[in-house]
Amino acid sequence: MNWTKKDLLGIRELSKEEILLILDTAESFKDISKREVKKVPTLRGKTVITLFYEPSTRTRVSFEIAAKRLSADTINVSANTSSYVKGETLKDTAKNLESMQPDVIVIRHEMPGAPHMLSKIVNSSVINGGDGAHEHPTQALLDMFTMREKKGRIDGLKIAIIGDIAHSRVARSNIFALKNFDTEIICCGPPTMIPPYLEDLGVRVEYNINKAVKNADVIMMLRIQKERGGVSYIPSINEYSTIYGLKQDHVKKAKNDVIIMHPGPMNRGVEITGEVADGPYSVILDQVENGVAVRMAVLFLLTGSEA
Amino acid sequence: MIEKPVQLLDRKALERTIARIAHEILERNKGSENLCLIGIRTRGVHLANRIRSKIKDIENIELALGILDITMYRDDIFKLKLPEIRKTDIPFDVNNMTIILIDDVMHTGRTTRAAIDALMDMGRPRKIQLAVLVDRGSRELPIHPDYAGIKYNATPEEDILVKLKEVDGKDEVIVMRA
Repeated sequence: MNWTKKDLLGIRELSKEEILLILDTAESFKDISKREVKKVPTLRGKTVITLFYEPSTRTRVSFEIAAKRLSADTINVSANTSSYVKGETLKDTAKNLESMQPDVIVIRHEMPGAPHMLSKIVNSSVINGGDGAHEHPTQALLDMFTMREKKGRIDGLKIAIIGDIAHSRVARSNIFALKNFDTEIICCGPPTMIPPYLEDLGVRVEYNINKAVKNADVIMMLRIQKERGGVSYIPSINEYSTIYGLKQDHVKKAKNDVIIMHPGPMNRGVEITGEVADGPYSVILDQVENGVAVRMAVLFLLTGSEA
Repeated sequence: MIEKPVQLLDRKALERTIARIAHEILERNKGSENLCLIGIRTRGVHLANRIRSKIKDIENIELALGILDITMYRDDIFKLKLPEIRKTDIPFDVNNMTIILIDDVMHTGRTTRAAIDALMDMGRPRKIQLAVLVDRGSRELPIHPDYAGIKYNATPEEDILVKLKEVDGKDEVIVMRA
């Protein structure tokens, strides 16, 4: 199939075929990261700007490495070192960046919809690197890539997503992505962290973590989104950790070959114990590794599309 | 108007040609030491497989075989409507090896250039040689095959089609004239 989209703004706009095209393309790119010369000339002469208004380690570095492995030139702009601190609007920043003819702008912003607005202003391809509590499409894609790699399939998987669902763009994007496949999704967390529309998305809601993880193929843990007021939805971090933190006992209730995922950054001892995070079922660092391949695939497809 | 295709090689002739290339590879390299075969997707891979099997018949040695997808190294990648990237699978160390790069048709030389670039990114082979089933001429780069099954000076209006039973259900090489 052909890729026809100019931007990657959310998973919701992608078809199952488009998701699979990205995952299949990423398979080939993963090999490049294992070579001695971790570089191919594919995006030579292209320019990728990462425009991050929120802090990030994994996503920003992952995009930068992905672009560099494809031989693109990369420029990083962070909010605290940009004219944003002098009062420049996103629109003006975008217009200025566009004048320098980049091919791709990766944006992370605390406001949902910021990448969508940007995509209407600039001719460059825009990738949503996370917009508020809305979407984080490349995270969902790398999560699916990791599931397929570790379990050999996506169809038929039982996936428990546990934590601050209401404020999590990762949970939203994963639900949108996984609903394209024949999967069973169970969302679990305190009632205050479960949005009311969730069951309308075809997801089962469970408030008891023991029931949520029972026979699960995948357990995806989420962080409390402190920056979006997550802490105010629970009585205390200690209580949250006691009731919803993933411990070794929970893992035993899942399938024997369960994989434990976390998009990072982790709060050890809060949503996940160190023992589980570093344990044999954890694929958290594989997710990070796969993120580079998936982002290479996205950059390649967007840059090569005729849209 | 498309004229009737002209057959350059039938099944038997194609088989003989592959056997000759296998013999030439062994002769030029004085045996099979440090030799490996890398087929360029798609038909180059099947030809590499067949050459490997002929070499096994002759020398009783199974050479290492790799698959190369050159899409990421193409100089016209974004002119293609569908730049599909497929897997490269070279399950051995290319350092100090004599690599026989195998493709079905050689034309401008750009595919070979891309393949050489890809191989050099994987290590430092001792030598790279090129084997093609059909050399159709009209080079745009100074690259020439070490082993050519047949040479046919095709005009720009002619298209050379290599059909292999693994992908096309039959073995033959034909020329199509538009």
